[in-house]
Amino acid sequence: MAYRFQFRDVFAESQALLDGLWVTLQLSAVTIGLGFLVGLAAAACIVYGGRGLKAAALTYVEVIRNTPLIVQLFLIFFGLPSLGLRLDVMTASLLALTINLGAYTAEIIRAGLQNIPRSQIEAGLSIGLSRVQVFRHVEMLPALKAVYPSLASQFVLMTLATSVVSQVSAEDLFHAASIIQSRTFRDFEVYTVVAVLYLALSLVMRGGFAAVYRLAFRRR
Amino acid sequence: MIREIGAIDVFYMALAMRWTLVLTLLALAGGSVIGLAVATAGASSRGWLRFGARLYVGAVQGIPLLALLFVFFFGLSVVGFSLPPLVAATVAYSVYAGAFLGEIWRGALIAVPRTQWEAGASIGLSFAEQLRHVIIPQAVRLATPPSVGFLVQLIKNTSLAAVIGFVELTREGQLTSAATFQPFWVYTIVAALYFSLCFPLTRLSRRLERTLRVAR
Repeated sequence: MAYRFQFRDVFAESQALLDGLWVTLQLSAVTIGLGFLVGLAAAACIVYGGRGLKAAALTYVEVIRNTPLIVQLFLIFFGLPSLGLRLDVMTASLLALTINLGAYTAEIIRAGLQNIPRSQIEAGLSIGLSRVQVFRHVEMLPALKAVYPSLASQFVLMTLATSVVSQVSAEDLFHAASIIQSRTFRDFEVYTVVAVLYLALSLVMRGGFAAVYRLAFRRR
Repeated sequence: MIREIGAIDVFYMALAMRWTLVLTLLALAGGSVIGLAVATAGASSRGWLRFGARLYVGAVQGIPLLALLFVFFFGLSVVGFSLPPLVAATVAYSVYAGAFLGEIWRGALIAVPRTQWEAGASIGLSFAEQLRHVIIPQAVRLATPPSVGFLVQLIKNTSLAAVIGFVELTREGQLTSAATFQPFWVYTIVAALYFSLCFPLTRLSRRLERTLRVAR
């Protein structure tokens, strides 16, 4: 007997999908904001820090980049309580996502900063700019401009990766899917709809990041 | 029954790594076939082929891997196959790897200058010979470091197959954690095992990037 697709049951639960989508949006926005700051700080430690800071930041970046996000999340959510640190689902999720994104962001920004030629910095200093002005106009802004596309695509991938928080039952879009699945038993339809929603979200984000790029870096 | 975590648990987790590796290798094989097709289509001179490749890459890179896994896991059973998780996971991961490898390899193919093709043609090489002796050796050199880098992503992301019940390293960790009630130590060991697989590859990718660039 041929399978009959029934999307109607899924769309009847659109409120649950919207609620989940809202949580995913919030989670992604906060993760991107905090992750960017953590990454910026870690990259600065690697490029400008003394030996100790540099080693610490490099260790952070390598450990996070070479282990799976879901294991990091489990370690924080299930593991930390046994050390006496109990976090609620959302805090643990945000912490894991931010730590993860920070490491990837640090690696991208570090590459940008280390690709600024030494002679540019010397040129800046020689025309009488202060060290802070050189850092801002000759190093940081050109570096950020150069790595902007990589950063943007990392942020989009991270937004998609926030779906793993459903595995510790944070109530994001992907979690909404499993709830609807258990109510309607329309598993294939539910996950197809959710996949399309994520795809739409990623397209909107890519468009948004491209628009921001044109606005922010047009005249530099 | 709750018991202490012991050497035997570590041993079983290390053993479960073989399923992580099996899934990685299967996905790498499937992903290479798809990736090769996507890369040649994406670098082709025919507009509709390029469009198709872009559509595929854009769609796969815009959907969470978790969603891909579930769609294939449930989707294949809808079409009438009742499949073990390994098969569903292999299909989903091949589709996933195919998009990322295809994009990396397409970049490498179009980075070889047109003049190299023309130089090959001018000394009388056929299209296949140009590809085999002139273009591919240069493209492979460009593509190897990022491909090894993607392999690290792939190994890490096989951890998500745990959620459809495929017992690899992460799933084994969940089971051990449930039995011993020592999640902190269990997941630290799991993370260390992933690190031992991924870190050498990350180093290799970085070294290749340096040596292959110098050789150009």
